[in-house]
Amino acid sequence: MAKFIKKDKGETPGISTASLPDIVFMILMFFMVSTSMRETDRKVIVSMPQASEIAKLERKDLACYIYIGQPTAQYRAQYGTESRIQLNDAFRTIDDIRDFIASERENLSESERPLMTVSLKADKDTRMGIITDVKQELRRCSALKIMYGARQGGIK
Amino acid sequence: MASKKTPEINGGSMADISFLMLIFFLMVTTMDKEEGLSRRLPPMPAADQKVEDQKVNRRNIIQVKINSSDRLYAGNEMMDVSQLKDKIKEFLSNPLDDPNLPEKEAVEIEGLGTVMKSKGVISLQNDRGTTYSKYIEVQNELIKAVNELRDDFSMQQYGKTYAKLDSDRQELVRKAIPQNISEAEPKDVKKK
Repeated sequence: MAKFIKKDKGETPGISTASLPDIVFMILMFFMVSTSMRETDRKVIVSMPQASEIAKLERKDLACYIYIGQPTAQYRAQYGTESRIQLNDAFRTIDDIRDFIASERENLSESERPLMTVSLKADKDTRMGIITDVKQELRRCSALKIMYGARQGGIK
Repeated sequence: MASKKTPEINGGSMADISFLMLIFFLMVTTMDKEEGLSRRLPPMPAADQKVEDQKVNRRNIIQVKINSSDRLYAGNEMMDVSQLKDKIKEFLSNPLDDPNLPEKEAVEIEGLGTVMKSKGVISLQNDRGTTYSKYIEVQNELIKAVNELRDDFSMQQYGKTYAKLDSDRQELVRKAIPQNISEAEPKDVKKK
């Protein structure tokens, strides 16, 4: 019965790390699938309001984004604290929306153009004045499908 | 002489490499969920076209106004956001056939038969000084009212909630209970 005698050398065996690469790769794959590339640097502070009846955007690739909010701290000296519009990577004004929409349209194929959604991401403390202006401009450019960005949240 | 066996590649650094990639992806990607309230804006009337008030019967329209200090008026009474949903539901369903609430017309919908469809339109107006969060809160209540009516309707028709219906039936329910929220021409609601 010598087989069953424990050869206790008083040493704990090291944990095998052979599966570590597999595990890390798995996590990597998860993140690659579930996240999307950050396309723009936010230059405005956007904390979206909460809503309970939200719907998901079906086609992310057909969306273009308009950010509205206060400039972040590093741009305040230059742009002040008034709510501003950010298109792509820069501060813009209402008049630039037309060009922005046109160029976004250009990037889509003919059949997908009517499906383009403009996602308005505005800070919850923004005044409606600027948003109304943006909406009117969008109507003028006939970009009629819009989405008011909001977070899922309970309404009291 | 080199041995004929090709040496095995050392896989020990694989973990480090994949960790590096993992960190990279964590930095450059976002997990932002794209969600919000979907809306369709009305098309802009052509410049030469006169903006004529659509002939909508007074009883068929409810005006929901938010003024610059975020006060809410629906119809002509001031109310809290929590009361709005019930007000809108009553307005759109008009259960007692009140002559002051919107009329209903019988519409033939293929696949559903004749349905009493409300002609009610919700007109949402805001001031330039209204905050965005209030606006979204009110929009949310309006959508919630419509969604609940749709749920009731599909419960009645199919015995299931709207969300559980297949897309064809959802389409039918949407036809029977449209989401008529108009946020047309901006007007300032300063007075009051």
